[in-house]
Amino acid sequence: MSSHGHGGSQSSGGGSTLLGYIGIDTIIEQMRKKTMKTGFDFNIMVVGHSGLGKSTLVNTLFKSQVSRKSAGWARDEKIPKTVDIKSVSHVIEEGGVKMKLTIVDTPGFGDQINNDNCWEPISKHINEQYEKFLKEEVNITRKKRIPDTRVHCCLYFISPTGHSLRQLDVEFMKRLSHSVNIIPVIAKSDTMTVEEKQEFKQRVRKELEMNGIEFYPQKEFDDDMEDKSDNDKIREAMPFAVVGSDKEYQVNGKRVLGRKTAWGIVEVENPNHCEFAQLRDFLIRSHLQDLKEVTHNIHYETYRARRLNENGGLHPICDTQDSNL
Amino acid sequence: MTANIRYKSRIPVKTEDSTEEKQYVGFATLPNQVHRKSVKKGFDFTLMVAGESGMGKSTLVNSLFLTDLYKDRKLLNAEERINQTVEIIKHTVDIEEKGVKLKLTIVDTPGFGDAVNNNECWKPITDYIDQQFEQYFRDESGLNRKNIQDNRVHCCLYFIPPFGHGLRPVDVEFMKALHEKVNIIPLIAKADCLTPNEIKKLKDRIREEIDKFGIKVYQFPECDSDEDEEFKQLDKELKECTPFAVIGSNTVVEARGQRVRGRLYPWGIVEVENQSHCDFVKLRNMLIRSHMHDLKDVTCDVHYENYRAQCIQEMTSKLAQDNRMESPIPILPLSTPDVETEKLIKMKDEELKRMQEMLNKMQQQMHEKDQ
Repeated sequence: MSSHGHGGSQSSGGGSTLLGYIGIDTIIEQMRKKTMKTGFDFNIMVVGHSGLGKSTLVNTLFKSQVSRKSAGWARDEKIPKTVDIKSVSHVIEEGGVKMKLTIVDTPGFGDQINNDNCWEPISKHINEQYEKFLKEEVNITRKKRIPDTRVHCCLYFISPTGHSLRQLDVEFMKRLSHSVNIIPVIAKSDTMTVEEKQEFKQRVRKELEMNGIEFYPQKEFDDDMEDKSDNDKIREAMPFAVVGSDKEYQVNGKRVLGRKTAWGIVEVENPNHCEFAQLRDFLIRSHLQDLKEVTHNIHYETYRARRLNENGGLHPICDTQDSNL
Repeated sequence: MTANIRYKSRIPVKTEDSTEEKQYVGFATLPNQVHRKSVKKGFDFTLMVAGESGMGKSTLVNSLFLTDLYKDRKLLNAEERINQTVEIIKHTVDIEEKGVKLKLTIVDTPGFGDAVNNNECWKPITDYIDQQFEQYFRDESGLNRKNIQDNRVHCCLYFIPPFGHGLRPVDVEFMKALHEKVNIIPLIAKADCLTPNEIKKLKDRIREEIDKFGIKVYQFPECDSDEDEEFKQLDKELKECTPFAVIGSNTVVEARGQRVRGRLYPWGIVEVENQSHCDFVKLRNMLIRSHMHDLKDVTCDVHYENYRAQCIQEMTSKLAQDNRMESPIPILPLSTPDVETEKLIKMKDEELKRMQEMLNKMQQQMHEKDQ
């Protein structure tokens, strides 16, 4: 409470006038330093039946051998009776940014003769991660940074039949699109011509709409007009028809990732050949953080609200209580 | 005017070279993605100022944020102040600079230390801080967590008068009551009435007493080992300079051919932003340009967590009679259940009723079958 001379009548207005730089914009830099130090996690799940090139695609996306390709079932190895959930983590670094990438593989999905309920182990896994996080959050002494094992993104691989979605595809996506971000991709799309691709995509999109499947980016979570217009363009181009490869070939004097056939080389990163580059840009370069935020702010909160309403308290999840998931 | 702060950009330079493109996955843009969201949302910061009347608190706040938050203020005279209790007054101002929006809240504490009997004059202040923590705790434990308002106090600037010989009893008691609830930054107010020697002696004295009384003021975090020498040097100087001796001014004067914020005396002009005149620049740089984010982090990670742990312990000991020994979810009695919760509760009630009816029907049917 100053009582010197002038009663504050001659002060500058709120902002940047005389000698006006306060320096608030530096908080961005402060945040950046902090987040670079703590690092990022990202958990991606891949779902689709064997042989659709899931591991290859993930390896291509992250330009490293982060997913072990299965060589198919060895003759004396039994096909697992249920869907397995295998998580593998790697730390990859780029431009000073460290990312702990976890790939959650789901071998056995869709491979049985009778695939009833094969989505259940997957659903259970996703909810278990939410439960783990919730338990940490309500602890008395909480960790500064709760380890985040929640699935941020689920890449669902659609078989390039050229006809339509399979029943299993619809069932899976219907049930899980409300608990995790699903990004459908058309696998091994080098079996289709450009026209066939367009037709197939349209049919798939129509079917997704008919079945009320909201894939990521969901319309209802667009924050503002800018987001909506960006996301509308992406939604119209989805599902991306991709091709993966970890082999390099020489094309026009450049080394590119591709698949060599007798009739030519399919270039993975060539937008005229397939939509891999679009998927990568969308997934990693622009929406990586948003995937995490939607998982945290929406899917996790939905789970949490449901748990808080049950029995008025927290009880450990047991199989019998795993009802309407 | 540039404050010499290091912020070497660590953003990777994307070359258009195709070989670069080959190795480049692209998640190095993650920090940008994170910040794009934060910039859109904007930041908030709550700063509390405490100290007796006439210490220059308002002037300093105006000088720090180049605002004029106290335009129509009526200063009380001594008589009016006799029975005044400590009030808590909030001023909020939205500041935007280079596209970054900051919602700044200043919590003022008029009346602190002004009465004849100042016993526990800090109680309204500690109560206020606790209330904000409690509010946040409720919100965080509630069902609808989308738009939680964070009103927790991130930093408290405490103004020590320059006229004495160090900390007075009220200073010690105040800081001890608050040091585990909020980040305290002690300042020597109105430092233009002291010579450089006197300032140095006073600072040493205050630092000694802070140690002696076990007061935990805000500590600057350690430098990373990979910071450049320039930054480490600046950081060292900052730490050795506390408590900061500050001067504020609402007026602009002409000094050395420039227009600067300052105070005009017959014997010279005190420039607020002149580092050899006072520590204002150091305080501003520390508060805004280098440690604002850390202040918020320490508030969330340390002070708030302490409060929360304490709160839960108290609730658990009350529930010790129940058999719920596992860490129960704190079901705080919602003071004003919001519409969403009401809806959910209603839904659940209806569901329960329906289930009950079904059960009754089934029982009846079984009964009829038996007969």
